[in-house]
Amino acid sequence: MTLAQAVLAQAAEVSLGETVTFWILGPLALAGALGMIFARNAVHSALWLALTMLNLGALYVVQQAPFLGFVQIIVYTGAVMMLFLFVLMLIGRDSPDAVAEVLRGQRLAAAVLGVGLAGLLSAALARALSSVQSVGLGANDLGSAGNVGGIGRLLFTDFLFPFELTSALLITAAVGAMVLGHARPRSLAKRGQRATVQARLRGEHDRISPLPGPGVFATASSVATPAVLPDGSVASDSLAEIIASVPAEPREPRELPPSGQETKS
Amino acid sequence: MSPTYYLLLSALLFSIGAVGVLVRRNAIVVFMCIELMLNAVNLTLVTFSRIDGRLDGQIIAFFVMVVAAAEVVVGLAIIMSIFRSRRSASIDDANLLKY
Repeated sequence: MTLAQAVLAQAAEVSLGETVTFWILGPLALAGALGMIFARNAVHSALWLALTMLNLGALYVVQQAPFLGFVQIIVYTGAVMMLFLFVLMLIGRDSPDAVAEVLRGQRLAAAVLGVGLAGLLSAALARALSSVQSVGLGANDLGSAGNVGGIGRLLFTDFLFPFELTSALLITAAVGAMVLGHARPRSLAKRGQRATVQARLRGEHDRISPLPGPGVFATASSVATPAVLPDGSVASDSLAEIIASVPAEPREPRELPPSGQETKS
Repeated sequence: MSPTYYLLLSALLFSIGAVGVLVRRNAIVVFMCIELMLNAVNLTLVTFSRIDGRLDGQIIAFFVMVVAAAEVVVGLAIIMSIFRSRRSASIDDANLLKY
């Protein structure tokens, strides 16, 4: 066995340290994924997802892919998650997440499907790959330049055309985001008086005229006093909804000073 | 322990992401679940690259990351424009692409 083969065999084995790392980071990644699904608040979901992505980045580094691990941490947890958080803050953290089920039994069906998919994939992988010997990225594949050098060499030789297509994709995405995200002015021209009247008569609002004000009399200056129509009935539009909805308190009889007795004495 | 465990972990993550896409109602959270599924596939690619002893899997994972970044940018812009016209980020409300 030459030295290169020895290095190769060592790289293919899963060392004890890697096992310990996997059993710490793997459950953490799973917990992050589950937390993302079950968190009610969308911001909490984003933070749980960031936890999962950080753990996955560390697992890449453990698996002889240090370049991808750091790209994962920089691009995903750095850029993509921050983009998610920015959009969340723009939309409003409190935008309600509808709880009602639109399709009956959808959650149960989704859970069953998820468990089934997980079982199917796991069983197939475990059966098919239980006896596979991993070769490992030995010194031969990494070359003298290491992981980053090897990836760079492959990118600019074998994968040059897809790499060029990537640049076109990124440009298109940037332009598309600018076009979609550009906020158009709500109305380009101000509406004139004539157009306002016409829109109002065409039914822009529920009623053409403004609402009548509350009735103000010599005995009461409260907004709870309704306006009175010419025929003596109460104009219901003159009261605010919240005032009209509160039941009126029984009026206390006013205590008049007993003037008659005073004159007697 | 063999590298197969990484594949099992990635299968579980993928399933969780799929369930999240089906269950959640907020469009942004649905998007995050899609990101989770892409990440799970990336873990699979890296593991296969190690099992196979070649760097091609890592290159493909790199391309997946690039495509995912572009997808996130455009998708979030679409969500923003839908929210601007409809004042809602719930996927139940967005049943028409126009208006």
